[in-house]
Parts: sequence; C-alpha cells; structure tokens
Amino acid sequence: MTTHRSRSVSPDDVDFKDGIQEVDPVTGYDTTGHRWNGIRELNTPFPRLVLVILMLTFIYSVIAWVLLPAWPIGKSYTHGILGLTQEGEAISGFVAIEKTRQSWLSRFDKPDFAALAADKLLLAKAMPAAVRLFEDNCAVCHGQKGTGGPGFPNLADAYWLWSGEPKEIAQTITVGINSTDDDARFAQMPAFDSLSRSDRKKLADYVTALPQGKTSAKDPASALFADNCAPCHGDDATGGLENGAPSLADHSVIYGQDRHTVLTTLAHGRQGVMPAWSNRLSSAEINLLALYVAQLASKQNERTK
Amino acid sequence: MIATLSVVERQVGLLLSVLLALVGLVMAASAGYGVMAVHGSMALVLGIALIFAFSGSVSDPEPPADRIYHYYDAPIRFGIVMTLIWAVIGMAVGVWVAALLYWPEATPAAPWTTFGRLRPVHTTGIIFGFAGNALIATSFYVVQRSSRARLADAVSPWFIMIGYNLFSVWAVTGYLMGSTQSKEYAEASWYADILLVVVWVTYFVLYMRTLARRNEPHIYVANWYYMAFILVVAMLHIVNNIALPVSFSSDQSFPVWGGVQDAMVQWWYGHNAVAFFLTAGFLGMLYYFLPVRSGRPIWSYRISIVAFWGIVFFYIWVGSHHLHYTALPYWVQTLGMTFSVMLLVPSWASAGNAIATLNGAWHKVRDDATLRFMFVAAVFYGLSTFEGSFLAIRPVNSLSHYTDWTVGHVHSGTLGWVAMIIFGAIYTLVPNLYDRSQMAWPRAIDWHFWLAVSGTLIYVVSLWNAGITQGLMWRTYGSNGSLAYSFLQSVEAMAPYYLLRTIGGALFLAGAVLCAFNCLATIRAAPRGVEAIDRPLSPQPAE
Repeated sequence: MTTHRSRSVSPDDVDFKDGIQEVDPVTGYDTTGHRWNGIRELNTPFPRLVLVILMLTFIYSVIAWVLLPAWPIGKSYTHGILGLTQEGEAISGFVAIEKTRQSWLSRFDKPDFAALAADKLLLAKAMPAAVRLFEDNCAVCHGQKGTGGPGFPNLADAYWLWSGEPKEIAQTITVGINSTDDDARFAQMPAFDSLSRSDRKKLADYVTALPQGKTSAKDPASALFADNCAPCHGDDATGGLENGAPSLADHSVIYGQDRHTVLTTLAHGRQGVMPAWSNRLSSAEINLLALYVAQLASKQNERTK
Repeated sequence: MIATLSVVERQVGLLLSVLLALVGLVMAASAGYGVMAVHGSMALVLGIALIFAFSGSVSDPEPPADRIYHYYDAPIRFGIVMTLIWAVIGMAVGVWVAALLYWPEATPAAPWTTFGRLRPVHTTGIIFGFAGNALIATSFYVVQRSSRARLADAVSPWFIMIGYNLFSVWAVTGYLMGSTQSKEYAEASWYADILLVVVWVTYFVLYMRTLARRNEPHIYVANWYYMAFILVVAMLHIVNNIALPVSFSSDQSFPVWGGVQDAMVQWWYGHNAVAFFLTAGFLGMLYYFLPVRSGRPIWSYRISIVAFWGIVFFYIWVGSHHLHYTALPYWVQTLGMTFSVMLLVPSWASAGNAIATLNGAWHKVRDDATLRFMFVAAVFYGLSTFEGSFLAIRPVNSLSHYTDWTVGHVHSGTLGWVAMIIFGAIYTLVPNLYDRSQMAWPRAIDWHFWLAVSGTLIYVVSLWNAGITQGLMWRTYGSNGSLAYSFLQSVEAMAPYYLLRTIGGALFLAGAVLCAFNCLATIRAAPRGVEAIDRPLSPQPAE
C-alpha cells in the first residue's frame, strides 16, 4: 500500500502563481486560475440536473405553502386552502379510532362481570386490549405478568389484600389504596416502636414462625400478638379483606416474612400506595382491567392445579 | 508553547494566567461549595500552573527571529492532541451509555454513573471536545495555508485553545456533578457559557485578522465555511444561553425564554449547531483536505459557492422541524418542513462536488485509506442530509420522531461524516506538522478505516431498524381500535438493536484509539522542534 504525502508547497514552487488558466486533462474543463497552496478549482458550469431538482424542491414548497398554514402576516398567518389545523387533525383521528373501540368497549360501561365473562366473542376483542392497558399502566409496579415484586402485590396468585372479585378489583383500581382519592381504600400498618425492643423481637420470631404453623398459644408472644396485631390481622392471623390487612399465616406478605423484614415492619410500619386511576382510565377501561386481573389469578390457579 | 512566544507575548501570557487564577479564586470563594466552587478551583489550579510556567521563562531568550517565515503550528499540534484525547473520552462514554441501555445495571448505581448524567458527557465530549477541537485546530491550519499567512498573533490561539478546553472540561465535569441547564447540547452552566463567548469572539477576531493578512487575491471557499461556522455558532450560543443566574455564587440559572418560545429558540440553536458546527465547519475541512490529499482540483467552483450560500440561507430556517406536532404553531412547522426540503439540493451539491473532485484520483481512493476516509465522509454527508430532509417532512416525522431513528440519523452524520472527515484531515496534517513523510504505522490507517466503516454501518443500520420498529409498534392499531402493542413490548423489541449498536460503537472506538496511538507514535518519531516545511509567502511580523 502506498501512502501519499500531503501536497505541501514552498514559496519557490512555480505552482503558486495566480491567474494562469489551464485545461484539466481528466474532465476537460478550464481551471478558474486561482491557486491556494496547490489547490485549484475547475470552472465547471452549474449542472442543469442540480437546477432542475432545486426547482422541484421549490415547487414542492410553494404547493405546501398554498395548501397548509405557512407564512405569518402580522398577528395572523396564511391558513392554507386545505384549512387544516393540528387540533382538528388530532381530534378527527381520535374520533375515528374511538368509534371502532367504543363498538365493543361500551359493553364494559356496566360492571355486569358475570355476563361479560360469559361473552366469548366480546372477550376475544377485549382481552388483547386489556393486556396492553395492563402493560402500559399496571406493569410498572405489578410486573408484565402481574407477578409483582417486593412491596408490590402479586396479582397472579390466589392471595388478595382487598378481594379478587372483579367488582372489588374495579373499586381498588378506581380509588386506589392510601391514595389522594377521597374514597381511597385505607390501610396502614402502624409503627410499633412504642413496644420495647425485646417485645418486638419476640413478636418477630412469632410472626416469622406463623406460616410454618410452629406457633403455640402457650408462647408468651401469642399474648403480645393478640393485644397488638389481632385487631387487624385477626386472632388466627389470616387477615381480612375488609381492611386490607394481609394474612400472616401463609407466604403472601408482599414485603416478606423473614425475621429481619418483620422487625423493620414493626419498627417503621408500612403504608403501601396504589394510585387512583379514575382520572386516567374510563370506567369501561377499569372494568375491563378488573376482569383481566381477576382472570390472571384464576388462570394461574388453574395452572398450579 | 512558551518557547515559541516572544518576551512580550510571554508577559501577556503571564498576565492572562494571573487573571485566570483570580477569576478561579473569586468563583471558588463566592460559591464556597458545590459545582461552581469545584470549577473555580480548577481554573485557579490551571492559572497557577500557567503562572509558574510563564514566570520561569519570562527572561528566557527570544525565539529564533526566522519564526515569522513559518506558519504558527504549535497551537494546532496542541489542538490535534486534545482532539484525540476527547475522541477517546467521548466515544468511550458513548459506548458506556449504549451498553447501559442493554445492561441497565451494568455499572454501580452512583449518581454520576446514571444514564442522565453520562449521556451529555458523551454528546458534549464529542461535539465540543472532539469535533470542536478538530475544527479550531484545522481552521488554524487551513486559514494559514490557504492564505499563505502566519496567524495574526501568537497569544490568542493559545487563549482560544486553553479557554475552549477549559469550557469543555467545566461542562462535562458539571454534568457528572449534576449541574445542567437542561437544554440539549447547551447543558453547560452560565459562567461556562460566558467563558465560551469570550473565547469565541477572540477566535472570530483572530480568524478575520489572519484573513486580512493573506497573500492570495481571493479567499478560498474553505475559509468561507469556517467563517460561517464561527460567526453563526457565536450567534446561536449567545441567544440560546441568555439566562439569569440564581445568584453569582451558584451554577444554577433561569433561561429568559419560556414555554414554546424556549422550545423554538432551543431547536433553532440545536439544529443550527448541527448545521454550522457539524456541517459548515466540516465542509471547510473537506474543501481543503480533499483536494490536497487527492491532488485534484475542486470539481466546480460555482457549486462550492452556490452551495455555501444555499446552506447558509436555508439551514437557519429549519429548526422548527424538531417540533412537529407540538404546541408550536402549524405554520412554523410548515416553514421548517419546506425549507428542510429546499436545503437538500445545496447539501447534495456539496457532497456531489466532493465526490466529483475525486474523478481522476479513484486509484488513490483505492490505495490510500486516508483519502478513503474523506470519500466515505462525503458519501455519508450526502446520505444523512437526504435523510434529514426526509425526516423533516411532517408525516414522515410522525413515524420517526421520539424513536431511535433520530439517534441513528445523528450518528450517520457524526460517525459517518464528521468523524471520518476529521480522521482524514488528521492523517493528512499530522505527518506534515511534524515533517514526516507518512504516519508511523501506515497499515493501522487501513485497520482504522475498516473498523470505522463497519462500526458506523452496524450502528446506523441497527438503529434504523430499531427506530422504524418502535415507530410502527407505537402507532399500530388492532382491528378492535386499540393499540396493538404496549410500550413495554416496544422496549423489549429493542434488545437486539441496542446490543448491535453497542458493538458498532465499540468498533468505532477501537479505531479511534488506534488513531490516537498512531498519532502518538508519529509525533514521538519526529525530532524535537521539527517544523512543517511549507512556508508563508513572505515574512509575517507579529502585530
């Protein structure tokens, strides 16, 4: 491979003299006679093709200016003979697509879930839309498949904090949990920092052992549990769907039920938040999502059977 | 640097160093803590270092009297080294953030390693650090050679080089510490912006004074492009960065523009940064180094002039095409769209002129990787300007906007055009600046060329696919009238493309690293104090 050295010219170089026009042997065009450090230019005429394409772009622009809003005049502008506005285009596009969507979505206006779930033709249209609604709105916390994660409930299992009935799920989506909505579902696990540290440790051991069924009423911690925890979680620690208190007798606690996590929960409390979606989703969309989420759980149950 | 300065120039340099140290001290003292204090301390340390350097040599003998018979290349050499350093930094951070998109938790979750802070380090490192240093250094080279005149004075080139790099370092370190104006490509704090204004005005004055001393009857077209670059960038930078500091001891500020006006000013700036920083300046580079390297005359003098005025006139209108389908009035969008389409012909005329210039030198393109860099640059310039005009058409933009197609388009310009022409220029001027007949490792240029071309193609093609896939997934409706894909699905679909773009970027970075070492080896092979052998026409006493 050869590497060409840059062309550098010294003052003694005869090349530099200006004003000598010559014919370029390759193209046959004259040079302009200018010379800059050895650089010359050809006096090639402006190619006709370039002018033609330039004119075409000008014609395109003039047509666009006639048809569309284009030039400012004082405080107004030329509106264009098509009379288009951005707002008009957006609204007409939305109206067209919404008409198709409402042809089946309006069936979900009424929360008659038994009838909706029985209509297989309707579900064939609705469920693909429900998947998108879930992934665009719910998946960020609950996961793409609804399986949740630390702090966020698994919606695809048999355990529920506020019931897995479509009607109740729709209510949860509408008002949220501990949200800013006036009718929000409210559930707070208070901080039990008023208890002594040793009591909290005893309680933690007790609660950690609950899912294994290794606790006994003789355990001194069971009295602590009855006094402090049972009002919400129940005497048998199975919680309640009325107040959102989780069952402590299985493995469903969303924050975890190992000793360290339980101690943190006892010391600081828990106030998980789910926002209210009534300002963002229509009631038909919420009902559709509620049905989808309810089926998510029952599908999972069928699979595990 | 100092050995090339006269005693008076050294005294001026000493004075400027004291001034820099004082400014740094005032900044650090008034801020007390935080980003501005760190930046003040940087300026203070740099100022003190320069004071020591100058005061140790103020009484040294004058440099050889025959220096006026040479071009002033020392600041160019400094600029080329800075170009290479910034290339490696900017591209490495680019590969890093590309990898973060594929492996989001690959790097420890410290605040400064987050995508939001690293991404502007990549863009500023490349645009200002790499491209900017290359533009300033080559403009000094081109204006001297094509005017046959030595730079008008010896202090201001150094003021420009050091000030400009201080600006760039302030900018990127500020982002890492969480300081930003939240304006894309104009994230640097208000005091850094003021420094850049001072540097840029000095740059413009130096350029005009050097042109005024030329020994050629005409100004070569490359200088017109460089002048447009310098003048318009000053205008854009000042207007877009007008801001009220929260206080003089804080790096935070409020822009004076608000709402949709702010958006319009920002994209008038943003697009013309592409136009005049990344296009006009580099066309200047192309118009000098391509004919020099190929030994061919510019194919058409007329096209070079008409295309210049076409680009300058049309580009300044088109920023609004970044704001299609937004709160910006429809009529502004239509103007941006139509002027973008009319811009196509001047842009293509430049690319065509460059390629036609190679007529009669195709055997050199085949054999000489350096010339091939310039050829590929002209091709990618044509491709990305066509793509730019196409994407500016409103209905096309409704598909492409907010997708990775935009990122692919930008990189076909920055990798394929800007970086390629820079590498072509570097491989041409580095041997000349150090009076070597060729680069130290000629074969490494070939390796670099193929790494760069394959990296660019992999990057650009994968992001075209990514962007079109995203755009279609976002807008496709099912027969039931609801969206066919969730956003999450469109993110999942990106995985293979993001992996490929990381690989493409890494290949390009590998080539740049090779170039840096090749330049280092070439510089080290040159005897100390060697000068370029080309000369101005007549002695040029410093003013």
